Amino acid sequence: MANLTTQIHRLKLQNPVMTASGTFGYGEEFADFVDLNRLGAIIVKGTTSTEREGNPYPRMAETASGMLNSVGLQNKGIDYFIHDIWPRLKKYKIPFIVNVSGSTIEEYVETAEKLNSIEELPAIELNISCPNVKEGGMAFGTSCTAAAKVTKSVRDIYHKTLIVKLSPNVTDITEIARAVEGAGADAVSLINTLLGMAIDANSRKPVLSTITGGLSGPAIKPIALRMVWQVFQAIKIPVIGIGGIMNATDAIEFLLAGASAIEVGTANFIDPTITSKIIDGINDYCERNHFTSVKDLVGALIIPEQTVDMNIS
Amino acid sequence: MPNKFFHDFIVTKNIELNVSHFILELLCPEPLPKINPGQFVEIKVEHSPSTFLRRPFSIHEVNLQNNTIQLLIQKKGEGTRQLSYLKKGDRLNLIYPLGNSFQIVQHEKVLLVGGGCGVAPLLFLARILKENGNEIKILIGAKSKDDILEKEIFEKLGKVFITTEDGSEGTRGFVIHHGIWRQTPFMFSKIYTCGPEPMMKAVARLAQIHRVACEVSLEQTMACGLGACLCCVVNTKNGNVCTCTQGPVFLSEELTGWTH
Repeated sequence: MANLTTQIHRLKLQNPVMTASGTFGYGEEFADFVDLNRLGAIIVKGTTSTEREGNPYPRMAETASGMLNSVGLQNKGIDYFIHDIWPRLKKYKIPFIVNVSGSTIEEYVETAEKLNSIEELPAIELNISCPNVKEGGMAFGTSCTAAAKVTKSVRDIYHKTLIVKLSPNVTDITEIARAVEGAGADAVSLINTLLGMAIDANSRKPVLSTITGGLSGPAIKPIALRMVWQVFQAIKIPVIGIGGIMNATDAIEFLLAGASAIEVGTANFIDPTITSKIIDGINDYCERNHFTSVKDLVGALIIPEQTVDMNIS
Repeated sequence: MPNKFFHDFIVTKNIELNVSHFILELLCPEPLPKINPGQFVEIKVEHSPSTFLRRPFSIHEVNLQNNTIQLLIQKKGEGTRQLSYLKKGDRLNLIYPLGNSFQIVQHEKVLLVGGGCGVAPLLFLARILKENGNEIKILIGAKSKDDILEKEIFEKLGKVFITTEDGSEGTRGFVIHHGIWRQTPFMFSKIYTCGPEPMMKAVARLAQIHRVACEVSLEQTMACGLGACLCCVVNTKNGNVCTCTQGPVFLSEELTGWTH
């Protein structure tokens, strides 16, 4: 058995496998399929200061090797999470990380402040990259100034591990990563979904009620890997890799590109036991390749000498 | 004890009903858990690269003696076409049983209304309703005579009425045009329906006029089937709720815009 423990700032994980926000509910939905206590951490559904209804149906379109969604942050608000959901989750022995979403800086701060006071919740993931809400969301994640401002405002009141989830819908993701690092983020997670669109040729209408939505699944994996690699070079704080991870090999590729941990998202919809299989698969890989610790894989990409790196930054 | 399961079933039968519909009978490798009428399964379709997500199907019938379930499937796209090629002995990965179920009344007169492939969840329902002492009538609507599904099997459980759009069998028109709706006094105390949404909405309005409860089984585009992705929502009196966990069966009066 290899040592699978990893660390994101002060947050210690028994293994690098987490679940991506919005793809694993509150964990309970998958308790019949996975021993939740095996997971590195569970990142719960995007939570806002007040209840949100989300976008109208249809909110989902299947695409080539992926899916588009435009759920739009449907959730019952932070108070409901704290009083009605969190007490049920306490029995699990793993870290729960709340994905904090919002439309205004005040809204992010209000939610983060409430979570700061719950001792057993060790970290938040600040979602400045949701493409499916009209105000805020991705708008914070696509400008360095706005990204730094919201990160700084939350940093001022939040004293535990602050992860910022980055949007891939930018020209240069390393600039945003540097901006949030400068504003006090303890780690970054990337990527959120890529803005996409689906059209029904028969009806000549958009498939989604919001016209555009966020693309996830294996279709986006090469882009996610590239961005993780670029961001890993650009900043000193840990990187969490997300984007189309369907199996242990995909997860290892992200670790090699520089991710200290990974989040499994859309794959949960196809195989609800996949997180467990990925943990086993990472261990097998380490043993086969004589890595005693999974930490030794992080950024261990071998760049052959004759390689021409097109990403000079 | 888990309520939901994830494993491979073995295909025991693939019965072609007509050019576009077939029934898969699937053997469970372990004793079947408790399954209720209205529940569904999520299938992983193999050998179909364009079918990325699982596909939800109503459970058509359950046979506890043989430890099998049946699914009635319409060939609609690439995924269902691949499923139609399955042969005896092939394996199929399922997540099941999912969703809520129809409420089973006792010793009442009930009407089941199925449109096209919408009869899928009604067979299992009809059998359980009959076992609970109900008097059942089944109204089946189809495009034409050749599209009527499972008529002979439903006839073993109750009186069957037919409407066809082209008039090739039964009353010409849609299910709402059948004479059963104009009987006075209206003899049913409960209606269960599954079919195209416009049909179910029309049935729900008739139920409202006759002041009887109407349970509808919805079909929404779905990803996880477990209440995690929040993609399959329907708007209800309680806001947007997941069809996969709080449905697929709803009382029509709970659904926004279904009754007046």
